[in-house]
Amino acid sequence: MSLLDRPSQTLSSGGMTLRQAWGVVGLLAAAILAWLVFAVWPDWLNAILISKKAFVSAILNGITLAGLYFLVASGFTLIFGLMRNVNLAHGSLYLLGAYIGYEVTNRTGYWLLGVAAGFAVLAIVGVVMQVFVFRRLEGDDLRQTLVSIGISIVAADLMLAVWAGGTYQITTPEWLDGALTLPVITAVRSNGASVFLTYPLYRVVVLAAAIVIGVGLWLMLHKTRVGMMIRAGVDDRAMLQASGVNVHAVFAIVFAVGAGLAGFAGVVGGSALSVAPGEDVRYLLASLVVVIVGGMGSITGAAIGALLIGLAEQIGLVYFPTYGIVLTFVIMVVTLAVRPQGIMGKAR
Amino acid sequence: MSLAIATGATTQRNWLEKLGPGHIILGTALVLYPLVASDFFLTQIGGYSLIFGMLGLSLMLLAGYGGMVSLAQITVAGIAAYAIAILGNANSNILGLGWPWWLAVIAAVFAAALASALIGWISVRTEGIYTIMITLAIATATYYFAQQNYAIFNGHSGYAGIRAPAFWGIGWRDAKPFYYLCLGLAALTYAAVLYGSRSTFGMTLQAIRDNPRRMRALGYHVTAHKVFAWLLSGVIAGLAGVLLVWFNGRVSPGTIGVDAAIDVLIIAVIGGLRHPIGPFLGALVVVLMQTFAIDIVGAERFNTLIGMVFLVIVFVSPDGILGLWGRIKPHLAQESLRPGP
Amino acid sequence: MRMHRRTLLALAVFTGLTAPSMALAADDTIKIGLLATFEGPFTVLGEDGERGAMTAIAEMNGTVAGKKIEIVKGSSDASPDSAVRAARKLVEQDGVKVLVGPLSGDEGIAVKDYAKTQPTVTFINGTSAAQDTTLRDPAENFFRFSTDGAQWMAGLGTYAFKDKGYKKVATVAEDYSFPYTQVFGFMAEFCKAGGHVPSKSWVPIGNKDFSSVIAAIPEDVDAIYVALGGADAVNFLTQYQQGGGTAPLIGGSITVDQTVLTSKGKLKDVLKGTPSAGPTADTNDAPAWKAFVEAYKKQPGAFPSPSLFAHGYYVDMKATLLGLDKVGGDVSDGGKKLREALSTLSFDTPTGKVSLDKNRNAIADIFLTEVTEGSDGNLLNKLVKVVPQVNQTLGIPEDEFMKLGAVNRDNPSCP
Repeated sequence: MSLLDRPSQTLSSGGMTLRQAWGVVGLLAAAILAWLVFAVWPDWLNAILISKKAFVSAILNGITLAGLYFLVASGFTLIFGLMRNVNLAHGSLYLLGAYIGYEVTNRTGYWLLGVAAGFAVLAIVGVVMQVFVFRRLEGDDLRQTLVSIGISIVAADLMLAVWAGGTYQITTPEWLDGALTLPVITAVRSNGASVFLTYPLYRVVVLAAAIVIGVGLWLMLHKTRVGMMIRAGVDDRAMLQASGVNVHAVFAIVFAVGAGLAGFAGVVGGSALSVAPGEDVRYLLASLVVVIVGGMGSITGAAIGALLIGLAEQIGLVYFPTYGIVLTFVIMVVTLAVRPQGIMGKAR
Repeated sequence: MSLAIATGATTQRNWLEKLGPGHIILGTALVLYPLVASDFFLTQIGGYSLIFGMLGLSLMLLAGYGGMVSLAQITVAGIAAYAIAILGNANSNILGLGWPWWLAVIAAVFAAALASALIGWISVRTEGIYTIMITLAIATATYYFAQQNYAIFNGHSGYAGIRAPAFWGIGWRDAKPFYYLCLGLAALTYAAVLYGSRSTFGMTLQAIRDNPRRMRALGYHVTAHKVFAWLLSGVIAGLAGVLLVWFNGRVSPGTIGVDAAIDVLIIAVIGGLRHPIGPFLGALVVVLMQTFAIDIVGAERFNTLIGMVFLVIVFVSPDGILGLWGRIKPHLAQESLRPGP
Repeated sequence: MRMHRRTLLALAVFTGLTAPSMALAADDTIKIGLLATFEGPFTVLGEDGERGAMTAIAEMNGTVAGKKIEIVKGSSDASPDSAVRAARKLVEQDGVKVLVGPLSGDEGIAVKDYAKTQPTVTFINGTSAAQDTTLRDPAENFFRFSTDGAQWMAGLGTYAFKDKGYKKVATVAEDYSFPYTQVFGFMAEFCKAGGHVPSKSWVPIGNKDFSSVIAAIPEDVDAIYVALGGADAVNFLTQYQQGGGTAPLIGGSITVDQTVLTSKGKLKDVLKGTPSAGPTADTNDAPAWKAFVEAYKKQPGAFPSPSLFAHGYYVDMKATLLGLDKVGGDVSDGGKKLREALSTLSFDTPTGKVSLDKNRNAIADIFLTEVTEGSDGNLLNKLVKVVPQVNQTLGIPEDEFMKLGAVNRDNPSCP
């Protein structure tokens, strides 16, 4: 071991370590990004990147979309991390949450109530799925996955039967409507007045919610007793069981949180975009790619993966729309080739 | 002289015995099927089931013997189908290099096998259950790429007007020849998989499925064996893809969409992953349901029906219809011991 | 004994797999195949198409030439493969000699190709509206009494340039053949009138987040032409409104169809006043149209106003029945007489006179519309102007039109 360590030591004495080098590169990138966002662009740059408005919007949209992806993928990754259950019905949970959020918001008139219902109902659905379906197939990863595929097929068809093929939009309350004016100058008019970038308030709120939930999940995992059990279960399930913990209760909790988050994301996403058949597959695929890139079972990985995929998708859409969707999959394949377990994943 | 004849007879009997009465009856029935079936039943049910049976077989080879469940089999078949369209003749005013059919078929199957090996190489780098996710993602990526790319894949419209070849005075897309073509290739691949599963390679693969760590410790190159299984599976899926494009006369991104990818999995699982006959059974059941559901329950809730059947099979009998048969058979055998009326 | 059982099993399977095709329809009924999207995401549209077809049949009291009409339904999921499979089942298994459908563009091209292999069966379009179904390499036995996507845009480009005064327009459309056709129809006129289209955004199908696309639209355009359908249209419009978009919109035919106008949400402010064009107009005052709407509403589950899918299937089914009536319901000659009758058929639909050109594509009236709010708060397409008798080449001489080339992402172009 010590023999292997030596080259890096000699390298550090000769200049900077690899870590420092990466730090410098990171700082440089951050500086360039900051300049791109806040400076008034010269014409040649506008010519290359369409316009500053397009570029900054793509970045912002990428980040806010990442927030949404994170909400969906974090549940997926938690469930997999603990139970080794690849729940391919996760997208259906998202869509069902969105429909429930729509119904509740529409009937009561309170959007927040819709959000709460989306979380609560789906949390219950999650527990029911875990207790009545997946627990019966415990230890058989493949059959659990197959069952989840079956559930997603039936669920998609039943939702089509109930809500038909129409497009629904969940009405957001007025205090979430409107646009923020950001301190970013996109252009200077001929009379010298600066044009500031406006950005929908709602999307900023989605991002904020994702960050709050992300931090909340991290705190739950690292500062609470249940979180400790979950982390122990991720590392060694058999050992956790042997030490007298009621694993089934822990499993149910995780499934409730994971499915609830999917439902929550459904309502939030359904308000930002729309609710229609096919969204289940879309968000399932997004979660798959996010967790494959970020590393299965890791919340931090899900955040990193979501950010990468969200940005790639939006930048791709603006600058090379033809292959924009494919770009996200290229990122996935490259990650798999270089680091099969994902960026934050642990090799098993 | 007489001795030689005698040995000839015994080897013949051995051969027949090895084949087993089940295979002989099934084979005869399938060969005689065109005598009683209408053209529609020959191609739309018979041919189509055999094609999807082959696709299921290519999955069964990976999943049953190798423990790798792939959702990209239709993608591999699609690559062969697109290759036939691009290298051969299509009437979509783009590409259509006009190669002779046999060269196009060889190239298409080769391309499919190569693509399959590549997908395998990417996905065997991770643990078993990851394979299903990675292949699903790859299948979707290919679908989107084909849909967006006009230079090679002709975008959303794909290729139309692809004709099966005609030689020896036979139009191979006519009902009877096409059925026999499908039957021949299906039987060939079926026999190959059955034989291959008992070969050294097949045994090694199954051992790797059961305990990769031990096999690695014994000095086997686990990754190489798995990737080779993907390559073989790619050949079968590629052949199915060639038949599929001749059958449809067209290929478009819809042919290789997520729905189709999941259909192949459903077929293999419903039929059973333990024996190569399973996927063909599954294909027959699913194709019959797909074709006639609209007359019985209405097409609207077809997916609920097939999803339920799938769920019940996975829950009740992990080995599919074959597993059900395995459970019922002892009861039947018991019954047959009783004296007849 | 065991052998015996297996043989029985084999026999049972066999009889199941060889059910003779039921081509022998009783003499007093006539079978018509109806192919539409009864599964998948377009189910709603397919069902409305069926309502349209049924309206036409109800008008004839379910009989034609003294024979009872028997409808055999075929279902696709909007993919060309499934459409051909369903058509094959209808023709080869159910034995229909007359088939009405399919619904969407690429399905239409696929079914046309299949039609060539079944010369004794007569195919009548549903609502599929790709240009090449009839314009290039047509099939002798495929008829389209509904119009194509470029025809639907007739008059819109000129109206936008002259009446609305838009000189520069950006386009946003889905990336496949039907929107290409619509953009082509719009730009053919708009560019000819002197307008410019500096930016075209082709958005991959299924993309739901348009905010970055909206941000990339040049700010100096007078209007944005949007050809998106269903959920994509709803998403675009909402995000356009959220992002504070101010440029007025011009709509493709399916962008302002009832399926979008009736969606739940706050699209009203963005959509009001949007000009569009298509084969129908909701506020058409013609008595024939009003009678059609009333008849349509008798179908179970009908929309407040028939969608263009109901209209298309109605027109095509009506033409089919009129043709069958002319030949006394006799298709025993491989449908030869029926096809002759259909080629020369000219009849009055709720939306004016329809006849066929030499490629068997409809020449019909197109309606220029504008979105308004109806008395009950619903959004409606208000009739602005009727563009009479639009043919497939949009009034341009055929050789000149063919020189414009097949539609694709870059054709036409006038930056």
